[in-house]
Amino acid sequence: MTETKIVATPGSQDVALTRIFDAPRELVYRVYTDPELLPDWWGPDQYTTTVDRMDVRDGGSWRFIQRGADGTEHAFHGVYHTADGERIVQTFEYEGAPGHVMLETTVFADIGGGRTKVTNTSVFQSPAERDATLATGMTDGAVRS
Amino acid sequence: MSDQLSTTFAALADPTRRAILVRLTAGEATPRELAGQFPISFQAISKHLKVLENAGLISRRRDAQSRPCRLEEAGLAVAAEWIEGHRRVWQDRYDRLDRKIREIQERERS
Repeated sequence: MTETKIVATPGSQDVALTRIFDAPRELVYRVYTDPELLPDWWGPDQYTTTVDRMDVRDGGSWRFIQRGADGTEHAFHGVYHTADGERIVQTFEYEGAPGHVMLETTVFADIGGGRTKVTNTSVFQSPAERDATLATGMTDGAVRS
Repeated sequence: MSDQLSTTFAALADPTRRAILVRLTAGEATPRELAGQFPISFQAISKHLKVLENAGLISRRRDAQSRPCRLEEAGLAVAAEWIEGHRRVWQDRYDRLDRKIREIQERERS
């Protein structure tokens, strides 16, 4: 398995993650956007993820709910702008912190040899908001306290 | 977010302060030496050093003539902590996605 790399420059308002998958782009994209499969990979192990909505197309919306063993719930939602097989542009909002909307772009690049490089960039409304949000784990699906 | 972390990130948000930290990775420097290396006034350098010191990113010792500054690596580690935490969450997420992709690949091959 390959490494997941992160770039989070101090003072900037974005964070980028990259990962290489040993599978063709079409397959990676298909699994990534399948509502039936998403609960198996999106959330951390200690939570059960449920897809409330996941309409992957320009103008479609999504909403995921995570439930902990103790009954705690965290929900996340947003809308899709682009979803064309190579790129997904969507908004992301944790319902526990309404108004703090970030813009997420996921690029699926065919890097040859049947491999795909996925780059996920999240842009926050300010550098301070990025740092506060990520330090508390609000975007991870697992809210750290 | 802890207050310490906000102070650290506020200090790191300025490009001159980041450049000062980079310079200090090469070893101690006095405020005067630093002022000679950056196109800003001695007063401005002093102000930046105060912010870095309050954030725990540098420390200053007393010398006969000046107060040499040195990098405090523990201060930087605080900032690195959430970045690494976030990376790990995504590493796990991508690992699960990777397993899912392999599963489907194998199923479709057979």
